[in-house]
Amino acid sequence: MATSEIAPDVSLVQAYPDAPALRFDNVSVGFEGKDVLENISFEVKRGETRILLGPAGVGKSVLLKLANGLIKPDSGRIYVFGFEITSMREEDLYPLRDCIGMVFQESALFDSLTVRDNVGYRLAEDHLPEDEIDRRVAQALCFVELDHTMDKYPSELSGGMRRRVAIARAIVSRPSLILYDSPTGGLDPITSTTIIELVIKQRDVYKTSSIIVTHRLQDAFMIVSHRFDCNTNKMEPLPPNQTDPQTSFLILHQGRLAFDGSTHDLIHSDDPFLKEYLS
Amino acid sequence: MPLTTIDEAAKKGVSAVQRYSLLSAQALGNLFRRPFYGADLITQMDKIGVGSLPIVILTGFFTGGVLALNTASSLAQFGATAVTGQLVSLAMIKELGPVLTSLMVSGRNASGMASELGSMVVTEQIDAMRALGTDPLKKLVMPRIVATVVMMFFLTIVSDALGTLGGAFVSIFMLGQEATQYFHSAYQTLQYPDVVQGLVKPLFFGFIIATIGCFYGMNTRGGTQGVGKSTTQAVVVSSVLIIFVDFVISKFMIGIFGR
Ligand SMILES: Nc1ncnc2c1ncn2[C@@H]1O[C@H](COP(=O)(O)OP(=O)(O)O)[C@@H](O)[C@H]1O
Ligand SMILES: [Mg+2]
Repeated sequence: MATSEIAPDVSLVQAYPDAPALRFDNVSVGFEGKDVLENISFEVKRGETRILLGPAGVGKSVLLKLANGLIKPDSGRIYVFGFEITSMREEDLYPLRDCIGMVFQESALFDSLTVRDNVGYRLAEDHLPEDEIDRRVAQALCFVELDHTMDKYPSELSGGMRRRVAIARAIVSRPSLILYDSPTGGLDPITSTTIIELVIKQRDVYKTSSIIVTHRLQDAFMIVSHRFDCNTNKMEPLPPNQTDPQTSFLILHQGRLAFDGSTHDLIHSDDPFLKEYLS
Repeated sequence: MPLTTIDEAAKKGVSAVQRYSLLSAQALGNLFRRPFYGADLITQMDKIGVGSLPIVILTGFFTGGVLALNTASSLAQFGATAVTGQLVSLAMIKELGPVLTSLMVSGRNASGMASELGSMVVTEQIDAMRALGTDPLKKLVMPRIVATVVMMFFLTIVSDALGTLGGAFVSIFMLGQEATQYFHSAYQTLQYPDVVQGLVKPLFFGFIIATIGCFYGMNTRGGTQGVGKSTTQAVVVSSVLIIFVDFVISKFMIGIFGR
């Protein structure tokens, strides 16, 4: 696949080359008086993949929306590529969001637009020529192996296909950070595996920084224990006892970060909660 | 306990008015800022203007007709049926044309906007749009406001014309009046202030319909049930506001023009 694609406004991403892709600094947020996240601090370094685990309703989706500036924290600071987004105005956030791809929990495809217009939405907003949009949409759909669905509407697709279209929409502009919200949620195991394969492919082929939210441990361990082989175009397991060094874990529990570290540390942790969680 | 609920309700009300004003102001402020969503504007004009044409034509025609029926029977008592045309055209152009048209458009489009935007909110499409770098106020709200204001203006003219025709139809074919007399009195009575009043009102009403529809849509909470609630509220609130604002504008205009 062509690597000459220009990401949108690379200069923004490279404005602070030493800054991590994403940094949370003591972030707290609540809704209607109920605290959801309390004093969350962590980092996603460039090229790193963080798997965010936690039970349903703990605030994983909220955390991703905070990272994208879709909601503002009550306190604390959030840095995206070194830019402090918590004090930014909405209109100043838009250029930065062009460098972030987001896959929503329920896909959130525009149901009045075809798959082609959904995937090419951002390109059309940037007034790219139609044939260029067609080419890049076809490329993104090819990446998620859905090339034949261009003219369908989201309502005509299955849940797994919608999720893959959402991934195509997120990656079409070559973002430097991707936020996946429960990409396998509510899908059957076989479809889940194809989605996980796409996530691994994106990680290993494009080395994009990302956060992957999931509440399924088997998905998480599949991501750390597999690599993508470009020659066979399939993912393959890493040798036993080896895990992807660029992938590490975050675990949310009751509004707090219960764990932040590598796969090795997680498996060998003595924390009773983690032991219970992993068993 | 009752005191705190009143307190809460008042706070909620004030906050809603505040958010409504903010939404309207931001959407209007976006009018002259790039990017300008011309294609979305045309689509909305087609949906609101052309789409409402049949109901506006029907209500206009029959309202004019029923006005003629009623006034003619009252006027007959004084032997003054000759001024039927005058009464129909004045009532249509100053009051009923603008108000009935906007009530119809409100029922059709304020609800449509609230449910469309509301579903987009609850399915996270609005968040997705923001995440993809588009301001929904620019892309969704602004075109709806501009389209409704512009189209309300023209729809009202259509309604006024059809109302006068409906009155003519009834007067001439059912009450046996003279056609020239009807049209002459309908035309002669109209003065500049009447026409101005009749054409300023729809601009305000259009603004109310679109901003209320979009406000309830964008503030939808709580799933599909919430969408239903927003839709109902949008129609109720915009209709009541239209009638209230109609009163205020009439009072104001009569104060200025003296009629
Ligand atoms: N916009 C909102 N308004 C009020 N409460 C919210 C909102 N978004 C999320 N919450 C609350 O925050 C908590 C975490 O939600 P969420 O992040 O969706 O959980 P999950 O970890 O399953 O993704 C839930 O209790 C939810 O009710
Ligand atoms: Mg969630």
